[in-house]
Amino acid sequence: MIQTAKLDVRAGDSLSSLRELFKALLGVEGVEAILVPQTLPGSSMVMPVLVKDPAALENADPLAPAFPLNGAGILSKLTRKPLGGKVAAVLRPCEIRAFVELVKLRQGALDEVVLVGIDCLGAFQNRDYFRFVKDVAAGTTALFCRTVLSSGRMPLPGVQIADACKACEFPVPTGADILVGLYGVDTDDHLLVQSRSARGMVVMDALGLPEIEEPPLRAEAVARVVAQRTAFRDRMFEETAGSIHGMEKLAAYLSRCVNCYNCKVACPVCYCRECVFATDVFDHEPFQYLRWAARKGRIKMPTDTLFYHITRLAHMSTACVGCGQCSNACPNEVPVMELFRTVSHRAQKAFGYEPGRDVEEKPPLTEFQADEFHEVEGMTGVGK
Amino acid sequence: MPSTSSGSSSAHGSGARVEKGGTMDDFEPTILAFVCNWCTYTAADLAGTSRLTYPQNVRLVRVMCTGMVDPQYIIKAFLEGADAVLVSGCHPGDCHYINGNYKARRRMKLLKEILPPLGFEPERLRLTWIGASDGILLAETLKQLVAQVKILGPSEAKGKMVL
Repeated sequence: MIQTAKLDVRAGDSLSSLRELFKALLGVEGVEAILVPQTLPGSSMVMPVLVKDPAALENADPLAPAFPLNGAGILSKLTRKPLGGKVAAVLRPCEIRAFVELVKLRQGALDEVVLVGIDCLGAFQNRDYFRFVKDVAAGTTALFCRTVLSSGRMPLPGVQIADACKACEFPVPTGADILVGLYGVDTDDHLLVQSRSARGMVVMDALGLPEIEEPPLRAEAVARVVAQRTAFRDRMFEETAGSIHGMEKLAAYLSRCVNCYNCKVACPVCYCRECVFATDVFDHEPFQYLRWAARKGRIKMPTDTLFYHITRLAHMSTACVGCGQCSNACPNEVPVMELFRTVSHRAQKAFGYEPGRDVEEKPPLTEFQADEFHEVEGMTGVGK
Repeated sequence: MPSTSSGSSSAHGSGARVEKGGTMDDFEPTILAFVCNWCTYTAADLAGTSRLTYPQNVRLVRVMCTGMVDPQYIIKAFLEGADAVLVSGCHPGDCHYINGNYKARRRMKLLKEILPPLGFEPERLRLTWIGASDGILLAETLKQLVAQVKILGPSEAKGKMVL
């Protein structure tokens, strides 16, 4: 059952109120630590920090438009074996969805976690975030939130949130235990706090926040954001589909890839404990390169660039949550996210699967029926 | 390139593509077929002992079960320029390892969603169930496949430097 309450905001400082909420969470229902984005000492960089001491929450900044890595991987490190106590994790919707996918693969567990999701206004890619904080100097988070919530525009000309965020249809963390709502809420006065699960209800009761009705404008505000982002997403799909159809186009699309595999490292749902591309399967013998070059006339080095990306598509496209960390991590600005979202959308639709929607929903390739998908069988038809 | 097969392929449609450097009749597809040991490979054996012919375009790769056909084998085949890939094994319910072919079917479903957006036409990837006693069906299926692929024309990856 969804309970809604409000977190009062004083002097328009929502970050301060959030820090109080996080302090209150420590100690509630066995929560002994909280994983929350924080600005690091002497820097404007925001990273996930595991906090045990409530006094150390002073620099918590989960509203900053910074998204240097997907926190699902961090939470996986904390829960892949029993922790012995509870940890609260403050995450974006895509991080929660990615974590749910990891739990399905037993690379994380939900039983010792309190998921705290905050409505997501989007975030900058790393380079743009550093430029933003440099040019704006102070009060960057407040400026960002206020501008985006009031006008939907960006606070600094020429600096946009990541395309992955512009295309994300999940601004509200519905999979969280505790949800902090910003859309359709008068955030200068209060923030919304909602329980979204049985565990969330228990935590809400312990927090004792004043209960309110969900603001009538919220559903409309969220619907507007979702519609805008879905439209951007569909335009992105169309553009990308045209750029990847065929070997020549795909080769041009991925021509700047240098096989650094940073996209694999950054991807929260790239789940193999040992990637085949890092094994000696791809440690080719010198004579093989010469032979391949002889066969085709020439070969680009290193080899297997397309093979790597297409394999990754085969392995994790059904789990892709569109967080965009792949593009964020790429040193050469290869549009990895667009390629993966476009193809993943097809794969997920074909299986009627939505990653992160339900922890009980099994990944498509982990189950099968005796009587299904006959359209891929035989010598006629095209598999649809 | 292999010599022209003795089996006939008669399906030259009006929508046929003309290859660079020759007419469509010159195009001999290279087709890789992953066939399961217990069913389709045995059918191939039977076709052989029955002195049936099928086109030389098809190169058989024996696997123990279609369930061990990793999508990577298929992807690699296409990147190397295979004009078509066939995966063939026991009928659902008859898998020697109980459920390998169900897994294969799901993987094929996935590949048929991933490969077409990248330019690999879905007709180039086929999954068939051909039992051990179906030597004739196998020969006919392979002939049919070669005919279909001749109409499609060579894969774009053929002979090209692939990144």
